[in-house]
Amino acid sequence: MSAKHEGTRVGTRRELIPASVPAVRRGDALDVAELPSYAFAHRSLMWWGNAGMMTIEGVAFGFMIVIYFYLRSLSPSWPGVGAPPDLFWGTLNLVIIVVSALPNTLCGNAAVDRDTHKVRLWLTACCILQLALCVVRAFEFTVLNVRWDEGAYGSAVWVLLGFHTFNLVTDFADTLVLTAVMFKEPIEGKRYVDIAENSGYWDFIVITWLPIYAVLYWGARF
Amino acid sequence: MTTRDDALPATEVGRVDDGAAPRRSSRPKLRDGTDDPRVLKSLEATWTDDRKLIAWLCTNDHKTIGRRIIVTALGFFAAAGVMGGLMRHQLATPNSTLVGPDFYNQLFSMHGTTMMFLFAVPVMQGFALYLVPLMVGTRNTAFPRMSACAYWLYLFGGLLLFGAFATNTGADAGWFSYVPLSGPQYGIGKRPDFWNMLVTYSEATGLMLAVDIATTILKMRAPGMSLRRMPLFAWASLVTSIMIIFAMPMVMLGANLVQFDRMVGTHFFNPAEGGDPLLWQHIFWFFGHPEVYFIFVPALGFISAIIPTFARRPMFGYDAVVLSLIATGFLSFGLWVHHMFATNVPELGKSFFTAMSFMIAIPTALQIFCWIATLWTGRIVIRTPLLFVLGFFFILMIGGLTGIMLGSVPLDLQVHDTFFVVAHLHYVLIGGAVFPMFAAIYYWFPKITGRMLSERLGRWHFWLFFIGMNTTFFPMHILGLHGMTRRVYTYGPETGWSMLNMTATIGQVINDLSMFLFVLNIGWNFFRGERAGDNPWSAPTLEWSVSSPPPPYNFAALPVVSALYPLWAPKRPPTHVRGLSAQIREGLATTVLDAKPDVRYAYPSPTIWPFLAAVGVSIWLVWSIWSVPGFAWGLIAPTIAFIGWYWPSKREALEELEWEKEP
Repeated sequence: MSAKHEGTRVGTRRELIPASVPAVRRGDALDVAELPSYAFAHRSLMWWGNAGMMTIEGVAFGFMIVIYFYLRSLSPSWPGVGAPPDLFWGTLNLVIIVVSALPNTLCGNAAVDRDTHKVRLWLTACCILQLALCVVRAFEFTVLNVRWDEGAYGSAVWVLLGFHTFNLVTDFADTLVLTAVMFKEPIEGKRYVDIAENSGYWDFIVITWLPIYAVLYWGARF
Repeated sequence: MTTRDDALPATEVGRVDDGAAPRRSSRPKLRDGTDDPRVLKSLEATWTDDRKLIAWLCTNDHKTIGRRIIVTALGFFAAAGVMGGLMRHQLATPNSTLVGPDFYNQLFSMHGTTMMFLFAVPVMQGFALYLVPLMVGTRNTAFPRMSACAYWLYLFGGLLLFGAFATNTGADAGWFSYVPLSGPQYGIGKRPDFWNMLVTYSEATGLMLAVDIATTILKMRAPGMSLRRMPLFAWASLVTSIMIIFAMPMVMLGANLVQFDRMVGTHFFNPAEGGDPLLWQHIFWFFGHPEVYFIFVPALGFISAIIPTFARRPMFGYDAVVLSLIATGFLSFGLWVHHMFATNVPELGKSFFTAMSFMIAIPTALQIFCWIATLWTGRIVIRTPLLFVLGFFFILMIGGLTGIMLGSVPLDLQVHDTFFVVAHLHYVLIGGAVFPMFAAIYYWFPKITGRMLSERLGRWHFWLFFIGMNTTFFPMHILGLHGMTRRVYTYGPETGWSMLNMTATIGQVINDLSMFLFVLNIGWNFFRGERAGDNPWSAPTLEWSVSSPPPPYNFAALPVVSALYPLWAPKRPPTHVRGLSAQIREGLATTVLDAKPDVRYAYPSPTIWPFLAAVGVSIWLVWSIWSVPGFAWGLIAPTIAFIGWYWPSKREALEELEWEKEP
């Protein structure tokens, strides 16, 4: 199977998305037998499911940030207890997460090209980086300088970070499973769509970390 | 990657694959949409679930799951109705001792929670799950395993709540479970914990079904069914699903924050430590107000499906109705503070929310005018479904009028937390959701079961419920104005409320009688009813083009649509789709706006994993009620189940590869 995929660069992501084989009219019927059995981006149902999922989580993240500022607006001092979180681990996480967008994008592109070798390579790279992120995240919790039960500030900080961690770990598990699946034959075409969608979901994790990082680490400094 | 299909002319149905490629089976390929008699047999074999018990747990057929959701929701409706009846009997006479104050607290909390979370929202989604694929002309929803998992989660969540209630741990802080009453300080035992868990369950269910239904509507419509040709019920379901996606995460998040306050000592709602109890009210009503519209908007869709059929003409003002539905969806997010007029929100804010509350009447009124115009210019056939729709007009109108009264701050402050509000919300919800739901049951029962309901019993049901409902809830307006507050378990004779309360209870007995007739009608005609045939109402939408009940594959060949009301329009070729596999479960994804055929799509097969995932999630949630480490350890079971769910089976992969074609 993998040999089959080798070197078959059928096109870039952009070229593939709008391509649609028209259905053929035969008598009273519209013949769809020649249509592809899977497709990428918004042509695939997975993309829509994934978009729904990201919207749900994005809304929840958004509300959590609103709650953070709502509580802040009620508080005479912020943080009330303790100091703002130390910057080192969180900022390191920011750097790694931004870097991780690169293999992630390459992985997504390789999936669209159905290049099994590259998909395996970049998926493995993503797994390693995501593992690193989980480790760094554990250190982040040690330098928040506040406990969750030391007032509303501590509660908001812990839940916001915990919530992002939950997503981080979930997607890490997801990527591990997908990596395992990609090393298992036979590989149906729709698995490449899954890889591309997982890559899209990781982009979401990266993008949501930017405002959450800003709120967590700088929201208590201004 | 080249596949065998490249070499196989699509026109030659049933041609034998010569097996030249490795790992290809040698069975002849059968494609649907032709006259070949083997195709139907093959479709039947491919789409029919086994009759074994395990298959019963595995099924992912949208019709089976939709039916289960509807039946389960009606079960919860009955249970919550019994609780309502108990409360009415308690209040029938002053100083009654039928139930005590603590049990009364649980009764009204459980009644509201069950009606809203376990009956009204799920029943609407159940109908959407059943009807949408049939209406838009596809064979299953986009994510059928997710529908299966959603049902089990819903069932387990509901059973859990009732199990807790049976052991004196029923929710007792009202259906909105306000802090601090539900917080660590005042929430008794594990009662609020179960409420919080139920919210997590039912919102997870709602969100899964919403993504499923929205994707089905946007991507799986029959070729030719552009957005302008989409049935209004599908529009209503789409709007509802998108609203759910934006509103439900809020309450799920909120319920978890309360749970954190209770379990690990966070202070989100504790004013002594910088938290704020009002935050909960904002969170809850930001979701809670749209929730009323999750119930109401699908009901609008029912009505827009039923009226054209019984007015014998196309809907007047299709575009206006669609835009009204969308406008209702948007506006419903700007109303939540009108539930909080009695709190210290800024005066300017109150004025804004008053204006918004008045504004949302506009799109509803617009639709009512469109329905009236349709009826006015049509040839009306009065049958039970239409009767319930007409009842809706009357009752919703009264609920809407009291709504406008409550939308203005000074009046709201006078009657806040009195029976006036109880009367208002029952008029809105019974008028806006329960009457249309009964209309929908009478209308689609023939499609779902293949048998007609009795018209005579239906009319008795309608009139008794109409009279009973008004007798029960109209006096509550006056009771509220006389100062009877909500949630009191009894009152003294000196208040002068006895007469009106007794009247309301008599109304309740009439309601019970009407529901008995309804159950009789359903029970008898499910077995003995007259055969319905494909289209007993001569209705115009696609679900009526297939047999009743529909075959497991829905359509032997997917339809091609060239009009808004396909069954009322002359057939123009092309009339149907051909070329989908009859040997694996295959569907067609179309483009979002114009519904042009785009991609063939293999549905996932039925499997036990969604059921196991729901079991795993239940273990996690219940464990986390009692133990903080359980919150982490409990994740192991669902994780395994979700991986099992995704893990590809080799046999299936090979089958699908046979039919694969690259983009």
